[in-house]
Amino acid sequence: MKVLMKGNEAIAEAAIRAGCDAYFGYPITPQTEVLEYMSRRMLELGRVFVQAESELGAINMVYGAACTGVRVMTTTSSPGFSLMQEGISYIAMSFVPCVIANIMRGGPGLGNIQPAQGDYFQMTKGGGHGDYNPLVLAPSTVQETVDLTIEAFDLADKYCQPVMVIADGMIGQIMEPVEFPEMQVPQRPERPWALTGAKGRKKNIITSLFLTPSILERENLRLQKIIAEIRANEVRYSEYLMDGAEIIVVAYGTAGRIVQTAVKQARADGIPVGLFRPISMFPFPYDRLGQVAAMARQILVVELSAGQMIEDVRLATRCSLPISFYGKLGGLVPLPEEILEEIKKLVDK
Amino acid sequence: MTENVELVFSRPESLSDVVTHYCPGCIHGIVHRAIAEVMDELDIRERTIGIAPVGCSVLAYNYFECDFAEAAHGRAPAMATGMKRTNPNLIVFTYQGDGDLASIGTNELIHAAARGENITTIFINNAVYGMTGGQMAPTTLPGMVTTSSPFGRDVKTHGYPVRVCELVSQLDGSAYIVRRTGYKPAEVRRMQKAIKTAFQVQMAGLGYSLVEVVSNCPTNWGMTPKESLKFVEERMIPYYPLGDYRVKDEVKTLK
Repeated sequence: MKVLMKGNEAIAEAAIRAGCDAYFGYPITPQTEVLEYMSRRMLELGRVFVQAESELGAINMVYGAACTGVRVMTTTSSPGFSLMQEGISYIAMSFVPCVIANIMRGGPGLGNIQPAQGDYFQMTKGGGHGDYNPLVLAPSTVQETVDLTIEAFDLADKYCQPVMVIADGMIGQIMEPVEFPEMQVPQRPERPWALTGAKGRKKNIITSLFLTPSILERENLRLQKIIAEIRANEVRYSEYLMDGAEIIVVAYGTAGRIVQTAVKQARADGIPVGLFRPISMFPFPYDRLGQVAAMARQILVVELSAGQMIEDVRLATRCSLPISFYGKLGGLVPLPEEILEEIKKLVDK
Repeated sequence: MTENVELVFSRPESLSDVVTHYCPGCIHGIVHRAIAEVMDELDIRERTIGIAPVGCSVLAYNYFECDFAEAAHGRAPAMATGMKRTNPNLIVFTYQGDGDLASIGTNELIHAAARGENITTIFINNAVYGMTGGQMAPTTLPGMVTTSSPFGRDVKTHGYPVRVCELVSQLDGSAYIVRRTGYKPAEVRRMQKAIKTAFQVQMAGLGYSLVEVVSNCPTNWGMTPKESLKFVEERMIPYYPLGDYRVKDEVKTLK
């Protein structure tokens, strides 16, 4: 059965369906509805909800809960995500699972509360200190947000790493009909590393401190091995009207969705253009984009930023073809007609 | 002869049999032992999680035979909140120094207390950042020389020391907030009794409990251990008076 739901509420309900045991969050527009929804539903279900004193508090509550092996989540928006970087770095090096959603808004600084994609570097290149790379999933519809949020919990458990859902204010606020899977009751599977009390076993320690360089190197290599597995196994993307596409538009999230409308229109006008939409922003679909780009003549990258993902597009294509960029800043969202104009500029190039 | 020998002193089961990294004369070891004895006495080692801070006791997890996590600087009370809320049957305590708790971690401390989290904090106040080599802490006494207040802490430029028990006792979520010390055996016994009460407060679900231990740092104070204990008695305790700052009525009925 489909229900009409706001993206933010859908994230919350999806987490609940995925068996999320505990939610810790802090109000910030445009993600606050997740917190509000959780404050009601989690308590109704007898699960844990705490409104933290800050995003620092929230991410460290997540860290603490994750150390005990439960399914745990927090959500925030850009400035709050900056505050969480310290905790995420610790969580990554502690090899504990959690899910974090960032409903991006305009920046830098306080910016505004409109949709933006300016946190791409921070989300996909580590973000905090040290060598780590959380898995990052970027939905472009409310239904995809539900599906990817649920998947994020499974992936976090699989790799014992933080997994991110990267959306923007548009997806957070838009209402669409969505379908949810059956409710999963929170499970507490046997996790030999979890802090559950040293009963009948030796004590467990969860730390990211390794003072001996060779041991810190060993732990880093352990983390890098997981990241390599993620790179190998978790690449996700979507292709739209890519058959015979001489022009490829690369865009994700809300930008991807707007581009889809423009591409459809352009095809109707006889322009051989397709949309390549990365879904896993880390690991970025370098190989597949490289393959399809080899058949194309031009690439257009569209982002709600000054151009961040474009660097990964350059890497994927090894700069073997011309790459144009169309971006919007300040929380502005382009119309499909604007994208169509940009596509038309490339036709005779 | 052996049948006449009675074992009267041994290592608590909750204390690990390892070499300590703490400096000679430091009170950390005494407090560790007190916590371990309390864990033994209350029989809670197998369901206790400790959280170590950043500071001299960053490696505290090496010294206890219970599960342990290592928090980011100052964040232990938030981490403890996440653990305890998802596992109400576990006993969760944070072990924090003055830089960790009273400077970078005040936000997490105050709100954990305000929420009345059923967690316990053991707060070691030695008025100095020990691990980084003796810089001025939020609890450094006025006039005290440190490596970052070489002319002595001037309250006009560096501000005033933070009295944690006085602060946290104002919050309604706080159930048991007391200040003790460990510079002489009688005080160690009082301190250990307070730690036991603090854990019992948590076990009874009465709210936030914190035991501050006015402590020493012979290394960074530039003193012999004996001189440092004298400094605790004569200089630290007048500024940080020992006593019970908040004891909820229900706590008084605990046995």
